[in-house]
Amino acid sequence: MAVSSSKDVALSIRGLQAWYGESHVLHGVDLDVHSGEVVTLLGRNGAGRTSTLRAILGLTGDRKGSIKIRGYETINLPTYQIAHYGVGYCPEERGIFSSLSCEENLLLPPVLKGMGAGMGLDEIYAMFPNLAERRNSQGTRLSGGEQQMLAVARILRTGANLLLLDEISEGLAPVIVQALAKMIRMLKQKGYTVVMVEQNFRFAAPLADRFYVMEHGRIVEHFAAAQLEDRMPVLKELLGV
Amino acid sequence: MEIFGRPLSAMLSQLLLGLVNGSFYAILSLGLAVIFGLLNVINFAHGALFMLGAVLAWMGLEYLGVNYWVMLFAAPLIVALLGIVIERLFLKRIYKLDHLYGLLLTLGLTLVIEGVLRSFYGVSGLPYSAPEALSGATDLGFMVLPNYRAWVVLASLVVCVGTWYVIERTKLGAYLRAGTENPRLVEAFGVNVPLMVTLTYGFGVALAAFAGVLAAPVIQISPLMGQNLIIVVFAVVVIGGMGSILGSILTGLGLGIIEGFTKVFYPEASSTVVFVIMAIVLLFRPAGLFGKEK
Repeated sequence: MAVSSSKDVALSIRGLQAWYGESHVLHGVDLDVHSGEVVTLLGRNGAGRTSTLRAILGLTGDRKGSIKIRGYETINLPTYQIAHYGVGYCPEERGIFSSLSCEENLLLPPVLKGMGAGMGLDEIYAMFPNLAERRNSQGTRLSGGEQQMLAVARILRTGANLLLLDEISEGLAPVIVQALAKMIRMLKQKGYTVVMVEQNFRFAAPLADRFYVMEHGRIVEHFAAAQLEDRMPVLKELLGV
Repeated sequence: MEIFGRPLSAMLSQLLLGLVNGSFYAILSLGLAVIFGLLNVINFAHGALFMLGAVLAWMGLEYLGVNYWVMLFAAPLIVALLGIVIERLFLKRIYKLDHLYGLLLTLGLTLVIEGVLRSFYGVSGLPYSAPEALSGATDLGFMVLPNYRAWVVLASLVVCVGTWYVIERTKLGAYLRAGTENPRLVEAFGVNVPLMVTLTYGFGVALAAFAGVLAAPVIQISPLMGQNLIIVVFAVVVIGGMGSILGSILTGLGLGIIEGFTKVFYPEASSTVVFVIMAIVLLFRPAGLFGKEK
């Protein structure tokens, strides 16, 4: 696997601004993620966390600033080229395709050029036995939890090592949320770099190495997991957790 | 032998004629469905590009002495290239706009293409005969089967089933289906969706041109031949349900056959029966027979 465990920078964002049509959603985001780290973006709804993930992939409208992935500037690249720098994206709405079977969904994202081999289909099915069982079902016939597993599993196959996961615990039963937490720990062990957007603070808190807090399209707080205890009062005020 | 007071041989020959027309409906509505699925454009130029296929077949023979078999491949290729130019030059600018703009733009292109050819060749038909190998007819005992018409049905079926297979059963088709649902996400996975869109339009119009070459020996070639057909094809698409691949094929063939039988039993209604069926289908299943309610 081409995942480095050293402390080099997997993702470096400087002065990122983004728009949806006329509406200005990101007002200069600065953010660094080191290889092998799990970083969580916290914030209220509409603070710009999802927009930050989408802007990394060029899924917003206009973008300005700098987004370096493993040192390569990607701000001017078209969306379809950005994934090939090793980015895997799991959208908030999961994006399971209804005209594809479970397995077709799993096999859809192409293996990325120039990246190391991702997980094999067997490895993925061993990790998510439900998906193996339902491989021939229509993608959208799967339960919410299964769809979420599918949405994450399909980007593990491609060799992507920078995973952008948007609200993966949202609306799922506690037992499935636990399974996802276990999966994130396993991914971290394997050396993946993960950027998570999470509403569920209790899910994110024990997993992340560092936290960024967003408000009004900007980063307003930034601290490491060890400082979490001290920062709780500030967080309570910012997030209402 | 008679059925419902009509001779069996007349029934069978109308059935075959219906299948021939149905084959054209099927290929054309298939192309429209593929294009609409990925591009969200109602390609009004489809009829003009069908006509262009037929005219190219005629031009090939007339000016260059190139025979039917070569043009059966060359004409779709030329029209595909033209389609790629149209997509890169015009269509790509209107994807974010309402369907109406795509319809107007492709209607405009239709008028341009038809107008140019009309000024060269007028509107009276250009003669084109079936290739030697397929002329004549085979006596099956219960009916006489014109070889060329049998070939049209066979070739259409092969092309339709082939297209269906690629879209529903291959990796490329999975990209296409996923792109139809959520092109931005497919792009975020690293698939070059803009290129896929361009090639899909090229392929869709190549199907139209292929149908045009097939039609050249059995329909009068004229710059206006696409107009007559495309209106029926749009009705077929509405009946089958926009965006359904198998639906387009089955509806196209089925309506061709229904039209054929109407000619036997009540010829006066044969040109309107498709539209009557369209009205009834719209009443009971607004999304079409195979379409999904949104």
